[in-house]
Amino acid sequence: MRLAPASLLSIQDLWIDVGSRPVIEGLSLSVKPGEMLGLVGESGCGKSVTALAIARLLDEPPMRIRKGHVFFDGEDVLAKSERELEQLRGNRIAMIFQEPMTSLNPVFTVGDQIAEVVLLHRQSDKTAANKRAIELLSRVGIPAPEQAVQKYPHEMSGGQRQRAMIAIALACDPELLIADEPTTALDVTVQAQILELLDDLRQETGMAVLLITHDLGVVSQYCARVAVMYGGRVVEEALADELFSKPKHRYTEALLKTIPASNQPGTELPAIPGTVPPPGARPKGCAFHPRCAVATEICLSSMPELINQTHSFRCWNPVE
Amino acid sequence: MTLLEVNNISKTFPGRNGAIVRAVSDVSFCVEDGEVLGVVGESGCGKSTLGRSLLRLIEPSAGEVLYEGRDIIGLNRKDMKSVRRDLQIIFQDPFGSLNPRHKVGHLIGEPLDVHDIGSRTQRLEKVKELVEIVGLPQNAIDRYPHEFSGGQRQRIAIARALALDPKLIVADEAVSALDVSIQSQIINLIAKLQKRLSLSIIFISHDLSVIRHVSDRIAVMYLGRIVEIGPTERVMANPRHPYTHSLLSAIPRVGEKKSRSNLSGEVPDPSDPPSGCAFHSRCPKVMDICKQVRPKLMTHFTDVGGEVACHLFDK
Repeated sequence: MRLAPASLLSIQDLWIDVGSRPVIEGLSLSVKPGEMLGLVGESGCGKSVTALAIARLLDEPPMRIRKGHVFFDGEDVLAKSERELEQLRGNRIAMIFQEPMTSLNPVFTVGDQIAEVVLLHRQSDKTAANKRAIELLSRVGIPAPEQAVQKYPHEMSGGQRQRAMIAIALACDPELLIADEPTTALDVTVQAQILELLDDLRQETGMAVLLITHDLGVVSQYCARVAVMYGGRVVEEALADELFSKPKHRYTEALLKTIPASNQPGTELPAIPGTVPPPGARPKGCAFHPRCAVATEICLSSMPELINQTHSFRCWNPVE
Repeated sequence: MTLLEVNNISKTFPGRNGAIVRAVSDVSFCVEDGEVLGVVGESGCGKSTLGRSLLRLIEPSAGEVLYEGRDIIGLNRKDMKSVRRDLQIIFQDPFGSLNPRHKVGHLIGEPLDVHDIGSRTQRLEKVKELVEIVGLPQNAIDRYPHEFSGGQRQRIAIARALALDPKLIVADEAVSALDVSIQSQIINLIAKLQKRLSLSIIFISHDLSVIRHVSDRIAVMYLGRIVEIGPTERVMANPRHPYTHSLLSAIPRVGEKKSRSNLSGEVPDPSDPPSGCAFHSRCPKVMDICKQVRPKLMTHFTDVGGEVACHLFDK
């Protein structure tokens, strides 16, 4: 099976279990070269597991990919050997996470950690790799990069650490950057700086970015296209403007209405009842039906297919 | 009527290499009966230390906290215990504040036991009533905290805080760890209870959009000090301090074009704050005087409510 050449990454009908509990239940998603795609969802919806699956970084076991395909540049990542995967990770696919302190190694300088990636994937000597490290730190906006390469992660602030992580990720000019909640641990003024940096880098290098977040505001402002996840599936996908102005899925609609910023101060927020079902306890049919205000008989028993069009959604009773 | 009057409260901690970290410096404000005061700021601004100092969960280094006109800072254990009935706190992580070995009914009723209020039957009645008003199922009483989701656990923490019929609650990032769809439920609950019980609330959060929604007045903190305080509507529509302005414009909002942050750098180390106005190192409107003289928090405008600490408005 080959994919449409328009996609850099194409996930098709992916199923992942943790033990006997399904976490991802038939997820399909594609990322085009050079675009920033926002993947939004609440905790337990499976967005981080999806990110790890793309780079084959899942803990297997207990996690297990039951079926599906993850095509990266036309080749199925799920069929690759560990050696082939090593040539992809950190090289053509890079990742950054929420808490840079847990991804950075505390006993090596930031410069060493960037140089390590360069030495691993490029024909390069130590001097050239160090030069590249300085260049990258400068590019991600760290002041005095010549000194900064000598610093250990704990000597940097949270925002600088995330910049250093981005520098490591960029070391080999990846075609796809997976950014999993990259600004969630940061202050709001620093968050804006990091998101701007990612967006500038995307435009400059042409890399695609898969931005995973729970923050609808972030996605609305930085992503051209958005996919909304619920219960281990993408339930709606569209251009950001379209999705935020005319949501189709009842979950997306409810989520947009419930955020304080969309409401008059002091008024009662249109709340979504109940809680996000954890993997293993998801209801049959549409996973959102117990919390949905307009659920009908059919929502209880079966999940609608994601119609593949410019604005796709899985909902039996979409917003008109 | 003024319920709580805070005068020049400060809290310092010993830092690395003999440095002194000024977590809260010289903060003064009032909370009226039935008022919600929002306290907003980035990490390290001292908002949580402030909240805890008010209840003496952390002993403040200086200043006074007048509760119904009486300074509670000097009170002995016994007197403080009776004041604590009126002053309660809810934390960000309800799992960290609820003992996993106790059943929910016990956790909610514990404050009643500690303060020896009512008979056993009366206490049980009260617990049932609390479970009801925070929207938990009645069978929650006999279950353990781990059986509940984050949102439900926060309801338990709220019920527990309400057990002694307090007059003031400090909500410290009470909805920050919750999912978007759960956050609104808890915000609604707090707002409903606040009205129904005419509670005063000090609502501490880093999230200005939540603060805007729940607060009557907003205090904006930066590096241990209040830089602006005023009625919510005025602060949001017409922020005067450059920091408030930056904070507002940095929030990404759905449907709006990109919020460009005009701030460079990050919050400086509180053990070594910049001279003069602590914000001067990041301020887009910095002037010479800002580097030398710390501006006082004061009323600059007769037409709009509130106070600002900024040299831009010096006469």
